[in-house]
This record gives sequence, structure tokens and C-alpha cells, in this order.
Amino acid sequence: MLIAALRKELLLQWRSRAQFMAVFVFGAAALLLFSFAVGPVAEMLRQFSAGFLWLGLLLSSTLTLAESFHAEMENRALEGLLLLPANPRALYYGKAIANWLQLTLLGIALVPVMVILYDAGTTRVGSLIVVIALGTAGLSAPGTLYAAMTAQVRSKQTLLPLLLFPLIVPALLASVKATSLIILGDPMNQSSAWIILLVAFDAIYWSLCGLLFGRVVEE
Amino acid sequence: MKRNLFWLAIALLAAAVYFGLLVTIGDQYLHADLSLGLPVVARTLVAFLGGLAAIVILLIADDFSNLSRPKALGIAGVVFLLIGSYFGLFVAPPEQFMGETQRIMYVHVPTAWFALVAMTLAFAAAVVFLFGGDHDWDARMEASIEVGVVLAFLLCCQGAIWAKPTWGVWWDWDPRLTTTAVLLFAFLGILALRKFVDDPHRRAMWSAVATIIAYVDVPIVYFSVKWWNSLHQQQSNPNTVSKPFWIPLRANAFGILLLMTAFIMLRARISALRLKHELAPPPPLDDAELGEAI
Repeated sequence: MLIAALRKELLLQWRSRAQFMAVFVFGAAALLLFSFAVGPVAEMLRQFSAGFLWLGLLLSSTLTLAESFHAEMENRALEGLLLLPANPRALYYGKAIANWLQLTLLGIALVPVMVILYDAGTTRVGSLIVVIALGTAGLSAPGTLYAAMTAQVRSKQTLLPLLLFPLIVPALLASVKATSLIILGDPMNQSSAWIILLVAFDAIYWSLCGLLFGRVVEE
Repeated sequence: MKRNLFWLAIALLAAAVYFGLLVTIGDQYLHADLSLGLPVVARTLVAFLGGLAAIVILLIADDFSNLSRPKALGIAGVVFLLIGSYFGLFVAPPEQFMGETQRIMYVHVPTAWFALVAMTLAFAAAVVFLFGGDHDWDARMEASIEVGVVLAFLLCCQGAIWAKPTWGVWWDWDPRLTTTAVLLFAFLGILALRKFVDDPHRRAMWSAVATIIAYVDVPIVYFSVKWWNSLHQQQSNPNTVSKPFWIPLRANAFGILLLMTAFIMLRARISALRLKHELAPPPPLDDAELGEAI
């Protein structure tokens, strides 16, 4: 069931890959704009690069997340899906995993932009990808749940960030810290503590949101 | 039944006030031992648990029919706040290091306690609603969130007023301060969500879910910010606060407890009445209107 739901989501995302490109351009533009807030001081930009990357990713993520229940809202398709003899949880996890993959891809795609703009290169590519995957997992679990609510109401573009941003503060903080340590060097090996925090955050929200999703979509 | 529960809560409150406040006043100003032989730990426990249990029982027993109870509680709360402010401003000695500035602690610390209590009540109400589906608990949840948001906002303001002369800055990225701000925004988001959902059942369900998710976040935010940065002074408890400071602190704590409970009861009543109005079937058409419709 989960596989079927995931397959459907991935197929949908593949068919609408133009949207992914648009979101990527938005994220890259955000990264470009952040540097104007600091000024052309190479050292400072490098210092803040991790924060900018994650803020860019967070802002872009609200675009993809807000759209993620778009197809289900047309012709009351969500009701049709819920009438299937399947657990709504499979629907949730399918969508959340698809969103997670998309955001991870987006994050990885934004890294070269960050490296070029802020001169923030690193050789620890593996750990960087792990941090991006864990951080975007923290965004997509509650993000998908809230998207299910806000897709059904007026002014969803405002409401989703309003609900999501305060909630993901720990994930954002840990991701920024871990990324920053990876880029700027980590002599004390502090990044592992932040990665553990990310894992804990992800574990709590992936299970809690899955438990509560049924209540959100029930009639 | 509900009537008995109300008086049980009042009795618990009376015991809490007696052991939490009157014994200390007797000890300090009347030179009389009112403790009835109870050790300090037991007295503190009675005051603490009695107060909390009283709030819960008052909310459970409240069926929104009686308006005089919350009013009476609110008036009692104001009286306690007046007593606390008098002791805090004129009787208690100034603190050794921070001087007169420290007097804001007498409202700041109780506000912090009850902001958290109000959010916890909202969480509990959300859980009860999710399992029971009783819309009265939705009303109580909305009321608790609103009162909690007001208290958290006051807390941030008081904190800023206290921080400026003490630390030299209005704001500091300390775990408790940052957590309060995050909590404030998280619950403001839930109140905004409620405004945008028209269907009462969905509104209740979604805000209950959002409340649970936001409340679970509190400890994680606290610890993540704590690892990130720290400067705030240690949490106060009766052992770190010397005795002359107890009376204003506790009087204000009871004052805010009573005011908070009164506000939650009044606000829940408004929510429940609105909900009843929303869920009511449309009024039947009379013959004349029917004729027009046909």
C-alpha cells in the first residue's frame, strides 16, 4: 500500500518536474539575495553560508509542501483515496517520503550554488548529504501533515509557513549548526551531537505525524 | 455532582493558599506557627498540587452555565495580585545585586509558570478532545491557547524590560526566552488556523492535532537552544529564593492562577456558545417564507 502511494507521488512529481525547476530557481535566487543582506565580504558570507542554504531551502520547501496536496483537492480526489480499503497512514507516509526525496534533491541541487556564491566548499560531501537528508526529513514530516490541513482552507500560502516555521526551529538550528561545522571545519567533532538531535527530531515527528494524520483527513 | 466538584476545587484552593501563603505570612509577620505541624516539603507540595488540581477540577466541573463563578475567581485573583504587588513593591527588601529592578521577578516568574500551565491545559484538552470528541473540550482548548498566548506575550515583554537594565540588551538568545518566543508563534499559528476553517468539527480536530504537535516541540526547542547558547540565570525555586521574597511571589502566583482560570472559563464559555450557534440547525421557515420560496 505504501509502495503504491509512494509510486503515485513520485510519478506525479516526475510529471510536474517543471515545478521542481521553478522552485530550484526560487531557492537559488534567494541565496543570491541573502548575500546582498550581508554585503560583498567573502569571509562573512562563508561564515553564514550554512544558515543561508537552510533558509533558502526552508523558503523553497513551503512552495513544494503547499502544493503537495494540490492534486488531491481537485474533484475531491482525497475523499476518493480515503474510500479505498487502505490505511490513510500509507497515504501520508507515501506523500511525506516523496516530499522528503524532493526536498533532499533540492537541497543537494542548492549546494553548488552556495559553494559558488559564498566560496563555501567542503570535501566532506557524504556528511553534508546526510545532514541535508536528515534536515529535510524534519521539514517534510510536519510539513506534509500541515499541508493536508492548509490545502483545504483559504489562504493556504500564508497559513502553512505560519504553522510550520515555529515548529521546525530545532531541526533548522541543528541542520544549520551541523552544516556550518562541516563547511568551516569541526575540530571538536561537535557535528555528531547535532546529527543526533536531528535524528531524534525526525523520529519523533515521523511517528507522531503519522499517528495523527488519520484525524486530519477524516470526515 | 458538578456542584460538589466546584466546592472540592475551592477547598483545594483554600488549602493551597493556607499552606502556600498564610503560613509564610504568619511565620514572618505575625510570629505565629500556623503550619499545623506539616514539614516545609509537605506544605509546598500541598500548595503546588492543590493549586494545579483545583484548576483542572474547575475546568472539568464548568458546564458554562454559571457566570458568577469565573467572575468571583477573577476578583479573587485581582485581590491576590494587589496583595502580592503591595508586598513586592513596598515590603520585600531590594535584592542585593540587581536592586529595585529585581522586583519585576514577582510578576515575571509566576507569569512564566502559568504560561506553561495554560499551554499544558491546552495540550490536555486537545488529547481529551481527540479521544472523546466532546466539543466542550475544544472550547476549553481554544480558551487555554488564547490565555497561554497572552501570558507568553506578557512574559516576553516583562523579560525584555528586566533584561535591558540587567544584561544591557532587550533580547537574548537564551533557551527559555527563545522557547517562549517559539511557543508564542506556534500557538499564534494555531489560533490563525482556527480563524480560517469554517467547519466546526474540522476546526476542532485540526487545532487539536496542531496543539499536540506544537506542545511536543517545546522540550526539543528548549534543549536545542540550550546547546546553541546560554546565559539566563538559574531557574528559581523556594530554595534559591530567600524567605522575604516568598510572600509576593506566592501571592502573585495565586493571583495569576485564579485570573488565568477565570479567563479560561469565561473564554471557553464564549467559544462554547459560538459553537452551539454554529452547530444549531437553521431555523424552520414559517408559512409565509415557504410560500415565497415556492
